[in-house]
Amino acid sequence: MNVLLNDMAGEEKLNQFIARIEAGEKIEADDWMPEEYRGTLIKLISMHGISEIMGALPEKEWVPKAPTLNRKLGIMAKVQDEMGHGQLLLRVAEDLLKPYSKKRDDLMQDLFKGDLKFHNVFHMEAKSWGDAGLIGWLVDGAAIISQTNMLGASYGPYARALQRICAEEVFHAQHGEAIIMALAEGTEEQRKLVQDSINYWWESLLLFFGPPSKKEVGTSKQDITIKYKIRTSTNEELRQAFFSKYVKRILSLGFSIPDETLRFDKESETWIYQQPDWGKLKVFARNEGPRSQDRLSLRRNSYEKNKWVREALAPKII
Amino acid sequence: MRNESLKDIAIKELLLQLADDDFIHSYRGAEWLGLAPHIEEDVASASISQDTMGHAAIYYKLLDELGEGDADKLAHDRPAKERRNAIILELVNGPGHYMKDPDYDWAFAVVRNYFYTQAKAIKVQSLHSCSYEPLAEVAQKVQMELYYHLMHWKTWFVQLLGSGHLEAVSRMKAAIGKTMPDFAGVFSLGQYGEEMVELGLIEGEAVLQKKWIEAITPIFESVGLAATIQIGMARGDGRNGQHTEDLEKALKTLSEVYASDKAASW
Ligand SMILES: [Fe+2]
Ligand SMILES: [Fe+2]
Repeated sequence: MNVLLNDMAGEEKLNQFIARIEAGEKIEADDWMPEEYRGTLIKLISMHGISEIMGALPEKEWVPKAPTLNRKLGIMAKVQDEMGHGQLLLRVAEDLLKPYSKKRDDLMQDLFKGDLKFHNVFHMEAKSWGDAGLIGWLVDGAAIISQTNMLGASYGPYARALQRICAEEVFHAQHGEAIIMALAEGTEEQRKLVQDSINYWWESLLLFFGPPSKKEVGTSKQDITIKYKIRTSTNEELRQAFFSKYVKRILSLGFSIPDETLRFDKESETWIYQQPDWGKLKVFARNEGPRSQDRLSLRRNSYEKNKWVREALAPKII
Repeated sequence: MRNESLKDIAIKELLLQLADDDFIHSYRGAEWLGLAPHIEEDVASASISQDTMGHAAIYYKLLDELGEGDADKLAHDRPAKERRNAIILELVNGPGHYMKDPDYDWAFAVVRNYFYTQAKAIKVQSLHSCSYEPLAEVAQKVQMELYYHLMHWKTWFVQLLGSGHLEAVSRMKAAIGKTMPDFAGVFSLGQYGEEMVELGLIEGEAVLQKKWIEAITPIFESVGLAATIQIGMARGDGRNGQHTEDLEKALKTLSEVYASDKAASW
């Protein structure tokens, strides 16, 4: 790929590229970019895209079960948005994949083979209506924090996609919060739904932002993404922002957080918390989470069962 | 006085039919979430199912305003034998569960969706001159969204049947064969059908059915299908509370959380 005529030309291109991002310019799909940059974007955006699509599955279960007409409409709108985000992002990834002659189909195959990962939270089970609410409130809430961190991404198409996505994520978080508020003001049982959900999801929410550094799981992409101005804050800064935004809110509703050590340290102005089991990220990456295989098999099922449709729609070779 | 109350009954019957049809139809559509042939289609059909649930909600709210009870209760808390939806709309998408090993047939989805959306468009058109004004008003709003739904499903119908792809064509023909025998149920107006027509609420079954056949005949012909359109009510008339086990199961899912505490606010 991109065999350069000579090193000077290559170095010059790279310097120009770095100068452009330093100046806050946006890189577009057809612009020259270093392989490392392209590769990082492909990994990041295809994982983001496929996670949106896989993320629709845990909520899908609760679409018909939503307890009122309005809740049904709300969760239907949300799941539709998530599929839309997936579509938007996969298109951005497809453009980046062009030099490698790879397409959507290849991404799906990568997913089935386990080469393309999806986000840790979507390997978990959505066991109750409480979980359906909590996913909107806190998982989408966490997603807003991590995605707004990339709104200024140096890669223009991704930054623009995120503008639209983040605007919709705000509605998702409101939708989730409204479900949780109704439950929080409800019966003992309804409140228990929320508490159980918090207990079940807490660790996943911490894992969501990724490890603080390389040493927890052996690799971390955060340095490269910061270097190329794809994102600004570190994983830990984002997690801290999440605590600041939600810990008080959860406690003020009278719920507890399953971490007795959790506290805000005034001196260092950081939240002290029980480290999650970082090894679980590797378990999810191997698709060995509680629902990894079920979700993949639904996706595979749809892909295989509809093979005839794709064939019938394919342009005919005369 | 007696006329007045008969009109009330006829209006409520019609609203229940419209609401229950869209409610169950939207559910069958939502079961496809994440399983459609491609992601673009997933987004499009999710949007259609959502609109359709919105239509059901509007009809249930009109019933609510007429004193029939809370809209959510009407949607979630009536047993199968009280439901008025056409049987063809309640039939499962295929074997399996929507979260586990679904064996759904896209051809059946396309045929049922196209047939139903076309039928709904004709009914909604007829409702424009409904003597019950709130319903005539709602019909305007529904029709705007329906325009896109109909275009969407018609495109699928024509593309798959006109693809020349052997499996696609044979699956589509089989799906037509599966849908026709029960499809007349969509046009049934139930036991108060005559009153509905007399009161100027909607046109009669035969008129609606004839318009539907006129609408789909050129589409059939465009893909080389003989337009011998014969529909029936093989499994009975859903308008009169006749239903299959498929509806029982669907209602269990649709009201699982609601039924866990009917008095609670959700
Ligand atoms: Fe999203
Ligand atoms: Fe979201």
